[in-house]
Amino acid sequence: MATDITESEADQVGEINKYNFRTETTGVFKAKKGLSEEVVNQISDIKNEPDWMRQYRLESLKIFNERAMPMWGGAIDIDFQDIYYYLKPTAGQGKSWDDVPQEIKDTFEKLGIPEAERKFLSGVKAQFESEVIYGSLEEDLAKQGVLFTDTDTAVREHPEMLREYFGKIIPNNDNKFAALNSAVWSGGSFIYVPKGVHIDFPLQAYFRINAESMGQFERTLIIVDEGASVHYVEGCTAPMYTTESLHSAVVEVVVKRNARCRYTTIQNWANNIYNLVTKRAYAYGDATMEWVDGNLGSKLTMKYPAVHMMEPGARGEILSIAFSSAGQHQDAGAKLVHAAPNTTGQIISKSISKNGGRSSYRGLVKVEPGAHNSKNNVVCDALILDPESRSDTYPYIEIAEQDVQIGHEASVSRIGEEQMFYLLSRGLTEQEASTMIVNGFIEPLVKELPMEYAVEMNRLIQLQMEGSVG
Amino acid sequence: MTHVLKIEDLHVSVGDKPILRGVNLTINHGETHALMGPNGSGKSTLGLAIMGHPGYTITGGSITLDGEDVLEMGPDVRARKGIFMAFQRPMAIPGVKMADFLRHATTNVRRPDRKEGEELIPMREFRKELKEKMAHLKMDVEFARRYVNDGFSGGEMKRAEILQLAMLQPKFAILDETDSGLDADAVRLASESIADIGHQKMGLLIITHHDKLLEHNPPEFTHVMLGGRLVETGGKELAEELHEKGYDRIRKAYPDAEAANQEMLAEEAAV
Repeated sequence: MATDITESEADQVGEINKYNFRTETTGVFKAKKGLSEEVVNQISDIKNEPDWMRQYRLESLKIFNERAMPMWGGAIDIDFQDIYYYLKPTAGQGKSWDDVPQEIKDTFEKLGIPEAERKFLSGVKAQFESEVIYGSLEEDLAKQGVLFTDTDTAVREHPEMLREYFGKIIPNNDNKFAALNSAVWSGGSFIYVPKGVHIDFPLQAYFRINAESMGQFERTLIIVDEGASVHYVEGCTAPMYTTESLHSAVVEVVVKRNARCRYTTIQNWANNIYNLVTKRAYAYGDATMEWVDGNLGSKLTMKYPAVHMMEPGARGEILSIAFSSAGQHQDAGAKLVHAAPNTTGQIISKSISKNGGRSSYRGLVKVEPGAHNSKNNVVCDALILDPESRSDTYPYIEIAEQDVQIGHEASVSRIGEEQMFYLLSRGLTEQEASTMIVNGFIEPLVKELPMEYAVEMNRLIQLQMEGSVG
Repeated sequence: MTHVLKIEDLHVSVGDKPILRGVNLTINHGETHALMGPNGSGKSTLGLAIMGHPGYTITGGSITLDGEDVLEMGPDVRARKGIFMAFQRPMAIPGVKMADFLRHATTNVRRPDRKEGEELIPMREFRKELKEKMAHLKMDVEFARRYVNDGFSGGEMKRAEILQLAMLQPKFAILDETDSGLDADAVRLASESIADIGHQKMGLLIITHHDKLLEHNPPEFTHVMLGGRLVETGGKELAEELHEKGYDRIRKAYPDAEAANQEMLAEEAAV
């Protein structure tokens, strides 16, 4: 997909303003195509980063170059030298609305996404104007000592905290794509919730004003201190469109004693995207971490949100839904590691495959030595809508303790002929009936979503079922 | 206008196994017919074939509604034309609330020409009617919020089927053992409800082993099915005879049909 900017134009921009999350910039900058030390250094320069972060990026690049591609999951065919690793977000520049594929525009339209937001979501426009709306929210949080900003800003403004946690849950040598993100990361959210602070509305607003957060290599770090709680909602059900073919995020979450964190994502990528994401949380004594993770669109998604239960009483819950259609492979799943006694974990994974789409559940349940009396339950349901589609389950279970309770239920069903017949016999059309069955199937996820997302999600499923979304 | 559901020389197979071997039956609007017969004789198959279940292949004969060819219609069209079947084992649709499902169904059946995407019956109007009908069936309002047949007890399922019958107000209804699995009180409630809904306003085909449902809904006609054929037709007294004495007389009187029935039972057991 062509963009409006040529490399030579980018070069002419010359002096690049110091990148500032909240300031509309007039410059356009795009790093050179391809991955090299030069590009990594350039990113670090532009962001005016401390040396430790620059060194971390360079070390990560080395690891990325050394590491082999994952031997599991879907087929990855990416030319890493044919990708722009950094594009400075600018308002109203960079791409033209005319370049956005019609199917994406149609989806925005049908989802009822406002015009300004459509342009923002497809990367045509940065939505700085929303800042005013959310300003008071920010103030309110700040009074309670909550930090909520993009991760770039956090590196500059909260260096101690970043040095303590950044890359500690997901180190740069965790996997090839974590290394890639660690080398070229940009944007993403940083949240710190102080001890005992409960934020009783979902934190999501900022995401919509920070164009770079939806970039290719966002980096998110959430720390929920003892006894605190937060619900973070990332992404949305609208299609995310980018001219690049690779999205590789890293999300790290620390949930301290007695704290609670819920992280909700519904991502709906355009169909040309490889979506390769590493998400992991550490939950300490009696803490609860919940991932609610929905994946639609993309060419290939490989995403397995994880909770490591580090201390007694920790709890990890993962609710994951994948919807795959023609030309798509959703390799989605979850990982729960019981690293301490009396820990509890639950995975509910649901997948829907349609029009030749492929979904796989890849899950790991691990009980480490000493994690006695831990309990874990996995429920894994696949729904296949037609004979061309495919679903696989790869559950890995490793248990090193005796007195544990582990459950695994898996079911694969075609859209039941009997269910269909039942609904048809009540006068519903085939379209209405299959949409109703699918909506019912994903109900456990939808009911966990904030209201406006739930409405969008239902509409989106309806569009997917009508086949009007690619 | 008097509606007529007419079945002529109907032959139905599952796979390559014939089940119905030439069934003739005419139900006029306002009539109640009882359909009886031993296990495996093909009673449910007749109901499912009328409703258009895709697992049953029509190999001969015809079904018409007011002269229109029903076999040409998908099950959804049949429903919108006014045919209804209360299933013996209704399917659970997890995640779909009874109220949402019923609002779609009621709208489609009452407004058969509705285009997809057009508005449903107004919520207020629908809720009011649903509440009334549920109260009448002594169903808790909470029931409307539960997922369709999901985790329902046998009694709840049957009652949910009757609720649908009441909401959809079909021209013809087939009740497939709506009384089975119910205790005595529930059967009485069910049969009173069906009588209440008013079989004067529809044609009824009641498939049953028991007589309780028929007490409140006395059939004008009783048909006995054996080996995929209707071997005898009589009045209310035939139903009473079968309840009291069973099927021995029938089995002896129609040895060919009995042989076919045994064969079908054996095949069913082998599956």
